Amino acid sequence: MTGIAIPELSLVALVGVSGSGKSTFAAQHFGRFEVVSSDFCRGLVADDENDQTVSAAAFDVLHYIAGKRLEGGRLTVVDATNVQRDARRQLLDLARAHDVLPVAIVLDVPESVCLERNRNRPDRDFGPHVVRRQRDQLRRSLKGLAKEGFRQVHVLRSIDEIEAVTITRERLYNDRRDEHGPFDVIGDVHGCRSELVSLLERLGYVVTDDDAVHPEGRRVIFLGDLVDRGPDSPGVLRLAMGMTATGHALAVPGNHEHKLIRALDGKQVKIGHGLAETLAQLERQPPEFTVAVREWCRGLVSHLVLDDGKLVVAHAGLKEAYHGRASGRVRSFALYGDTTGETDEFGLPVRYPWANDYRGRAMVLYGHTPTPEPEWVNNTMCLDTGCVFGGHLTALRYPEREVVQVPAERVWYEPVKPLVPSAPVCGGDELDLTDVLGKRVVETAHHGRVTVRAENAAGALEVMSRFALHPRWLPYLPPTMAPVATSPLPDLLEHPAEAFAAFAADGVGEVVCEEKHMGSRAVLLVCRDAETAARRFGAPAGETGAVYTRTGRSFFPPALTEQLLGDVRAAVSAAGLWDEPATGWLLLDAELLPWSVKAGPLLRDQYAAVGAAARSALPAAVTALSAAAARGLDVAALLDRTRSRAVNADAFAAAYRRYVWPVDGLDGVQVAPFQLLATEGATYHDRPHAWHLELADRLVAADPVRFRPTRRLRVSTSSPESVAAGVEWWASLTGDGGEGMVVKPAAGLVRGRKGLVQPGLKVRGREYLRLIYGPDYTEPANLARLKDRGLGHKRSLALREYALGLEALERLARSEPLWRVHEPVFAVLALESEPVDPRL
Amino acid sequence: MLLTLTSTADHATDLGYLLHKHPERVQSFDLSVGTAHVFYPEATDQRCTVALLLEVDPIGLVRGRRFGGDALSLAQYVNDRPYAVSSMLSVALGRVFGSALKGRCDARPELVGVPLPLEVRLPALAGAGIVTGLFAPLGWTVDAAVRPLDPELPEWGDSRYADVTLRGTLPLDRALSHLYVLLPVLDGAKHYWVSSDEVDKLIRTGGSWLAQHPERDAIVTRYLARKRGFVADALSRLAELDDAPALADETDAADETDEAGEIEAAGEASVPLATLRRAAVVEQLKAAGARRVVDLGCGEGMLLRELLADPSFTEIVGADVAPRVLEKAAGRLHLDRMGDRQRERITLLQSSAVYRDDRLAGFDAVVLMEVIEHVDPDRLPDLERTVFAHARPRTVVVTTPNAEYNVLFPSLHEGGLRHRDHRFEWGRAEFAAWAERVAQAHGYTVAHAPVGEPDPGAGPPTQLATFTRSEAPA
Repeated sequence: MTGIAIPELSLVALVGVSGSGKSTFAAQHFGRFEVVSSDFCRGLVADDENDQTVSAAAFDVLHYIAGKRLEGGRLTVVDATNVQRDARRQLLDLARAHDVLPVAIVLDVPESVCLERNRNRPDRDFGPHVVRRQRDQLRRSLKGLAKEGFRQVHVLRSIDEIEAVTITRERLYNDRRDEHGPFDVIGDVHGCRSELVSLLERLGYVVTDDDAVHPEGRRVIFLGDLVDRGPDSPGVLRLAMGMTATGHALAVPGNHEHKLIRALDGKQVKIGHGLAETLAQLERQPPEFTVAVREWCRGLVSHLVLDDGKLVVAHAGLKEAYHGRASGRVRSFALYGDTTGETDEFGLPVRYPWANDYRGRAMVLYGHTPTPEPEWVNNTMCLDTGCVFGGHLTALRYPEREVVQVPAERVWYEPVKPLVPSAPVCGGDELDLTDVLGKRVVETAHHGRVTVRAENAAGALEVMSRFALHPRWLPYLPPTMAPVATSPLPDLLEHPAEAFAAFAADGVGEVVCEEKHMGSRAVLLVCRDAETAARRFGAPAGETGAVYTRTGRSFFPPALTEQLLGDVRAAVSAAGLWDEPATGWLLLDAELLPWSVKAGPLLRDQYAAVGAAARSALPAAVTALSAAAARGLDVAALLDRTRSRAVNADAFAAAYRRYVWPVDGLDGVQVAPFQLLATEGATYHDRPHAWHLELADRLVAADPVRFRPTRRLRVSTSSPESVAAGVEWWASLTGDGGEGMVVKPAAGLVRGRKGLVQPGLKVRGREYLRLIYGPDYTEPANLARLKDRGLGHKRSLALREYALGLEALERLARSEPLWRVHEPVFAVLALESEPVDPRL
Repeated sequence: MLLTLTSTADHATDLGYLLHKHPERVQSFDLSVGTAHVFYPEATDQRCTVALLLEVDPIGLVRGRRFGGDALSLAQYVNDRPYAVSSMLSVALGRVFGSALKGRCDARPELVGVPLPLEVRLPALAGAGIVTGLFAPLGWTVDAAVRPLDPELPEWGDSRYADVTLRGTLPLDRALSHLYVLLPVLDGAKHYWVSSDEVDKLIRTGGSWLAQHPERDAIVTRYLARKRGFVADALSRLAELDDAPALADETDAADETDEAGEIEAAGEASVPLATLRRAAVVEQLKAAGARRVVDLGCGEGMLLRELLADPSFTEIVGADVAPRVLEKAAGRLHLDRMGDRQRERITLLQSSAVYRDDRLAGFDAVVLMEVIEHVDPDRLPDLERTVFAHARPRTVVVTTPNAEYNVLFPSLHEGGLRHRDHRFEWGRAEFAAWAERVAQAHGYTVAHAPVGEPDPGAGPPTQLATFTRSEAPA
């Protein structure tokens, strides 16, 4: 009995003449969808599995299907005769294009059997000459299959052998997904044994001559380039080889190991870049050590996929399409990077900055290109900090993402090129149009998949590009908030009773009512200092944060923004908020007052203008109607109505005037924070609102001029007295002309039976709503019609945007790349252009 | 909204015959625009006043989506329409006083065509600035008392509304036709037009006197602007969300003039600057031998049209960040009825200077015509990277206003910018410094050229720089 082991991810070409039993064989050994047959594809394009005239179209389809499967990393078996070299060539190209291993399984069955089988199938009406010709082609092919490029060739030479064979699947060498760490990943060592020992000790390892053991079972991953240039390449190798032998380390090869093997194999290599030192040092070692080195280096796999696919290591990095794949170009990328073929003024190869384009979910750790500081770029990090050139030896603790370094003891080797950032500094994380444009689905942790329609993304792109701040300063956009259900009371549109009832129905017993400030929603991102701003957010000089509106526009020109951030920073320091927990930046949700700061043009051009027009028209109408009435004409009803409208117009003007107060620069501007959104490594939406408000109170206490407190009241939705107190509180707030209040679950983020509970419901005041629904909305005839309003879409939108906002915050706190944080932020803006009644 | 019309002729109450409305009755009419009430506050032999009071239903308007209304625009409820004179009053006038407008009075035909001393009062009329220019040539004396925006906030100054009184001695039908035609013209920049045949009707009504009116062209243009309707799209919704006034009006108004709504030098009857600029850009592209060209920030496609007309440009891409503008460009270029060969030469796509876009890479040239000044200074580095590092064409042509020249625009106040969306305008030295730095950073050489007749002191109105790639990226 024969056993065949094939790689788990491969393109398997069945090779055999018509009637050799390929389809039966495929059905026995492979899954229903794993097998793509040329006959089936003939059927797809021509309704006839035997129509030889459509072969070209059928193979187009076959290659397309196989390509899609391989792209998705799925084993694919091609059931076709594959006796012609050209047909196999196309499959080999396909395998190469997707960087999977090509495998050939040949069914070499006697001609008589094939002819017999074909005779018994009435649909196969081709003559015996066809089978004979195919057998000739097969015989001529057999010898050259491996040379053609098949990594495995299995020939089954008899019916018995075909029937007895078993097929097993082997995982790829690079597939180490079952290794979960924790790891300490170490960049290019280049023979710096002494620094390596220091670093291992700093990481907590107990180091001997040829092993290092961590008491907590942590393991090292060497990123290659252990050798060359430095003082003790054999010493480094001895340690690394020993550690991999005992299972205390994993390793991938670097281009220097690759070259060393070739040199040790006696191949012609240019002795440069420090290889001479290594060869000389190995000369002084016993010969069996050199043999062991050669074997060890040869056994290294060019990249490893670890921890359920969450971590990928390769010496020069690896783009996502190559993760877990095996081909010459994958290996060459892993060893040498994405070289452009050009060289720079120092004669070094120019490398394409693949990490800028990287959009994969796996963290990629690599070395190869010396950089002064390890830096995250799209969830990748280069850990080569040029130890041998007098820089540092660097390790990254995984999964902690913590950088640990030791400085070089001296410059061991003069660099050809000064140690400077390899690419012009551009904030590292570049955004691509494909990150945002078109229909998109954003995965959120709290509300599943949220879809953004293409036309909404298009609108948002314009706003984001033309009016918003740079995306680095927009890690969050606040969600829209649903209003309370429409009140049944005769002269009100909104009333708190519905809010308390809604939360009670969702099982929320305790809520907090927060005063709705008469200002604009504002998000404040404030960094502790310019250095933090530059390092964490890629800020240009002079910028230490941002103060922006709900569509991402800056409230103020740069100088005023910095001035305001200075005040906020001072208050944060005075309140001691930088240290609980330790953070270099804070993201605050707030209201900025007065509204006229942002909405000055709107207030003047629209609200005041309506007031002025009304003030001009209505008294004149009242005068004319009064004169007519005095003449005895019957205009009483019209006169009453017009008088009432004049009163409404005055109330309308009174309503908008509350939002206006003079501001000079920042004088008169106030910030009312009500929620801490995120700090380094942490989000706070699961904290109770009382905690957030207490924090806000400390900022107010630190600077009562700049900050403004948020009045609040806690209400138990099950207690009639407490609810009555809540209603009373709202009535007093809005009776003074206040905007209203927002009712939130006291605990913060709450899930109910049907998923997320609304994070807040707004209950707006009767007078304020004149600004929304017009001066005359309170007229009974108008109010009756306005009460007919659909809230479903708004509520759904509020939840989707809430989830997107949380997603952005969590990605920000996890230090995910800019495109990942920007994705849900952009989605919030795109959703905001959905057609929903803006008055809700 | 209210209009009163007073006759002080002898037997003033004859007005009732002419209007077909009895002075002792109150009449109401349900119209598409609301309910119109006609009554007489005074009716004596010496003085007779008729009042037309139009009650607009703001909620019905929004919900009914009439008059190009859009329920998704916040502006629709909080609106001056219930108060200020607008095209709706003109519609009501036409319906309620239709016979009088046509000069028909079967009961007293001898009254028709007799000039009467008339006084028309429009207590809330927007467009106070142009009302005299419109009515004075027609024989009216105009008295406009501008109203403050808010008497309790005097620092806000005047509103756009005036309490206007027109006095003149004219036949009633003539007076009514003036109002019927000109009230919509005064109706600010808002489009509450009813239908296109309504426009035709207006032009017919105004036919006899409109032809001689010195403001005829302005009047006709403003009609046509009405026809476009109030389009609320994603952009204006987002603008409103941010408590900014809707954008639809200004952009609509702008495209009627220059493509960018840009200020032009007054009195310069020669070739418009925009035309000169396009010619200069095409000249640079041809000199550089560019055949495959991207116009980044193509707007409505004025340059694309010229590139299409020149067969030496084999592949043309128009890219803009605004989807609405691209739609307009597609319309203006008539892409839908273009022949296949021609159609293959041009692609329109939405792109953004601040996101990297692979589709823009690999062309001979990228044009940034009047684009950089629309980008916030702190986002300009993104644009530089997108164009010079990523798209990386052999040639980049940039034009931008020369701020030094602004003193020569009479309508521009000191320090003002040529367009309200300009984020900055540079003088020659600033532009040269920027160009030099960008060229150095990305391996380009740069050459400058003037566009438009240069002023000896201030230089040319527009400056142009052509960048040529010289080496691989550093």
